[in-house]
Order: sequence, then structure tokens, then C-alpha cells
Amino acid sequence: MNLTQLPASALVSLLRRGEVSSRQLTQACLEACQSLDSKIGAFLHLDAEAVLTTADAIDARRVRGEPLGLLAGLPVAIKDNLCQKGVPTTCASKMLANFRPPYTAHVVERVAAEDGVPFGKTNLDEFAMGSSTENSAFQKTRNPWDLERIPGGSSGGSAAAVAGCLTPLSLGSDTGGSIRQPASLCGIVGLKPSYGRVSRYGLVAFASSLDQVGPFAHDVAGTALLLQTIAGHDRRDSTSVNQPVPDYMASLETPLAGLRVGVAREFFGPGLDSEVEQAVRNSLEVYRSLGATIVDVTLPTSPHAIATYYLVATAEASSNLARYDGVHYGHRTAEKTNLINLYCKSRGEGFGAEVKRRIMLGTYALSSGYIDAYYTKALKARRLILNDFNRIFASCDVLAGPTAPTAAFKLGEKASDPLSMYLSDIYTISCNLAGISGLSIPCGFTASGLPIGLQLQGPAMAEETVLRAARMHEKATAWHTHRPILL
Amino acid sequence: MKLTEDQVRWVAHLARLDLSTPEITALTPQLAAIVDYVDQLAQLDTQGIEPLAHALPVHNVFREDEPKPSLTVAEALANAPRKLGDCYAVPAVMD
Repeated sequence: MNLTQLPASALVSLLRRGEVSSRQLTQACLEACQSLDSKIGAFLHLDAEAVLTTADAIDARRVRGEPLGLLAGLPVAIKDNLCQKGVPTTCASKMLANFRPPYTAHVVERVAAEDGVPFGKTNLDEFAMGSSTENSAFQKTRNPWDLERIPGGSSGGSAAAVAGCLTPLSLGSDTGGSIRQPASLCGIVGLKPSYGRVSRYGLVAFASSLDQVGPFAHDVAGTALLLQTIAGHDRRDSTSVNQPVPDYMASLETPLAGLRVGVAREFFGPGLDSEVEQAVRNSLEVYRSLGATIVDVTLPTSPHAIATYYLVATAEASSNLARYDGVHYGHRTAEKTNLINLYCKSRGEGFGAEVKRRIMLGTYALSSGYIDAYYTKALKARRLILNDFNRIFASCDVLAGPTAPTAAFKLGEKASDPLSMYLSDIYTISCNLAGISGLSIPCGFTASGLPIGLQLQGPAMAEETVLRAARMHEKATAWHTHRPILL
Repeated sequence: MKLTEDQVRWVAHLARLDLSTPEITALTPQLAAIVDYVDQLAQLDTQGIEPLAHALPVHNVFREDEPKPSLTVAEALANAPRKLGDCYAVPAVMD
């Protein structure tokens, strides 16, 4: 097997034993990008010289016998809405085409501090708004399992980079499913941490009460490794939770005795593809065979989750994106005009269609005369959604179900129908509204060879339980060992 | 309630977003469909339910009011599309 096809967990052992150098691995990833990324389109920016210099510095320390951090020289691709000082950070928007941040995001600092190699910036839906990565202002990203299909979104570049074996690890962000849904569609593992578990400092804001940064990897161990790297308190994010970070890797191989797996009947309603349903039901049998109890639960507010989400998220987005005014940074219209028109023109020229749609919806939901019927109503629904989860987590440890209602769809298939695109987030958005933890792991393939994901959700700060439950499933199956044929 | 093009123009004005006539024409039915969809929330009984703006029970987080190093003026202005000396430049606001 090619070096780049190995999971991060195996590579980190090779690096620690000195059997592979960070330069060798980084070089192999660069070569994979050179031969495949013209087809996949995962990266917006990749500075080969810079990544090799970083890898060499880590190797030099290894040779001197200095202790190395958790990542020991592993490349980690970074979603292009995470700031890296002096490196283009575009959010896949014309608005930020020339933006070079004056500071580095907490999570990117953590990757560097643990001897990871920040490995380029990956494509996304503009400002992380979308479910297919088609809303990027710069390029389309294709699913490595079928180049005619989307990789999911909004972290589609980060997911496709790992699935396509261009990098063993990557970081994404998840506001309504933007890590879990592309992980599912690309056949890899992706985790959205509980709100506050990971600092948002340096993550370009979309919807601040929902956004979280999280890891992608081929397997659960790699996911745990990168979560271990980025989790923890940071005083620069006032919503960062000051609680100790468990040793996720230490407990990973210990199965959970008496595990109770909740299954919500609302997850198996109309719109769920039959092959996806079958794969998820097979996974429930896997848990049953491992001694877990399957618990029937209900989430009565879940039919209203999408409406709630698209009001809360767009309201917050319309406020957050008000900062792009053509004055401080970002695109400014070339037209000579007065100040108000400078704002309007710069924003009209700089933002793409989906971002405009969401700013409009959010502004409408917050506008005088509508705020009670829309925004405030949605916040009340949000409390009911949180109450649903609090109730079910009294009777189960994790909640299992599909991550996405279908496997990857074709490029262009939903591009002209925004509402149908929104509906593809049905299983992932409640997790963000409630601030709980969730992950997607591979659980099968459709007859045409497209990956299917199983979503496991757990209470807030229960990442350790979610990862251990995921590892039990992974150990009993082999879905995570498959790689796309194009490689 | 059907969303009209005039309402869409008003919201665009509130959002300081310059939209072309074709954009308004395309956006109006799309936003109307989304607004129709989210109108389902009206059926949800939320009597006596407190709004939840944030999943975590955190409120104000304070730190000591101590000066710390931050961006220099040059760093803060490095991405400005137009500047004048140590300032951001904007069109004249007053005659």
C-alpha cells in the first residue's frame, strides 16, 4: 500500500519509530496532490516549499532526539475559513480573494505546536454556506469515489483531501453538518465537537452560536488524535469551555460495557434512501451483536429542526457578515460613489448567490415586524430541541442514525433548488442547535459504490463516549479500510 | 403570505446589499419558498418556552483589564482596500 493510503494512526507510529520521515510523507502527499488534485479540486492554496520546510524542521528535531508532539510530523490540511498568518484565507469568496490574515487560528497554532505540518488550504462552500462545495467562488471539488458527484459540504475540500489520500488528516468546520455530511459522502470519519470544546478563535464566523472546528481522518483513531490536538480551553474565545480534556486515545480500544444505543424513529421517515436505511440498520445489528442495547427514542421537535436552523443560522450570518463593508478588509467596489453605496456595491459584487440568499433571509427574520414570528420563535423551538436531547440522553448513551438521507448526489443536481439542498442537512443540524457532539463513520456502500455514513451523537462533552462507541463499530467492520479506485 | 419583490428590495436595503433586477427576480420566489417552509414553526406550541440563544449556559466572561500586545497599526491596515496615512479611507461623508 502506498504511504498516502495509510491511516494517520499507522503513519504516526512509523514517524515515531523513524521508519518514515516527515519529509518523505509530506513529499508523498505533495506528489499525490500533483497527480490527483487537478481531478479532485480539494485545495485552493498549497505552498510546497513551505510545507517541506516545516517537515524538515520536525525531522531535524527528531534526529536530535528531541521529544515530538502528538502529530509527530503528520500533514494536516486546513479548511480555508481558518486563519493562518500571512497565508491566503479566502473562505472561497471573491470578498476575501486577497485577504491574508494578520494572525493564526487557535486550532492551526495547536496543530503546529503538536508538530503537525499545516498542509494547504482546502475548498469550501463560500463562507461555509452549503452542502455540496458547489458554492465556492473559485472551483468545484469532486468526490474521489465518483468524480461526477459532489463531496458534500461545506468542508468538501477537507473531506475529499483525506478520502482522496492527498493528506492523512484535515480540519473542517461544522455549523449544521459541514463536517459530518461530507465525511459520510466521502467514506471517512468526521467529528463535530460539542459547542465550546474547541476554540473558534481565528475561524471566520458564519453562525457563532453553532460553529465548531473538528477533525477528518480515515479512521476513529486518527480522528481522536486530531481532536486531542485541538480540544481545550482558549481565553481568546469567550465561549470556549474551561474543562479538562480527556485522553481520547487512551480509552479508545476499551469497549463500552452495557452501551445503550438510541434510535429515533423520526430518522427513518420519508426522504431516506433505502440503501442508506439498510446500511444503518445493519450497523444497529453490529451494535446488538457486540452486546449493546438498542433503545427506541423519539425526538418530537425534529420535524421543525430545519426551519429552526435556517432562521437561527441566517440571522447570525446576516449580523456576522455585516463586517464586510469594503472599508476594513475584503473586496471594495471600483466605482466612485458615496459611503452607503460603497457598502452596498462592495457587498453586492463580493458575495455569491447563496451568501446573498442567507444574508437576505437572516435580515428578513430579524427585521422589525418579523423578528417575533421568525427569529424569536426559532429560539423557542431551539430550546425544545435541546430539551428533546436532554430527555433521550437519560435513556441512551449515544444516538445512532443516518448522517445524510442519501449518498453523494451529482454536481448541479440541487444547485438550482436551495430548499432541497437545505433539506439534505436534516439529520445533522439538531446537533449544532443543541451544542452536543456528533460524528460520522463509514458504514457501507451503495450498489453503485458510493460511501454511506453512520452518525453517532452524544451529550455535550461526551466525545470520549462517542469515539469509543464508534471504534467498537469500526473494529467489527472494515468499511474504513476501503479506498477509492481512482488512486 | 407571499413575499413580494418590493419586500425583497427593502430587505436588500436593510442588508446594504446591492442586487440587480435579475437577482431580485430570481431571489423573490426562492426566498418565498423558504419563508413558506419556515412558516411551519407557527404550528409548534411554544407557549411558556424561554428562547434559547446559546446551547451553553455561559454569559459574560470577563478578564482582567490589563494591556497586552495586539496588532500594530501597520498590521491592522495591511488588508485595507484603501488607506490614508494611519487611517482607513472612505468617501467623504459630509460636504
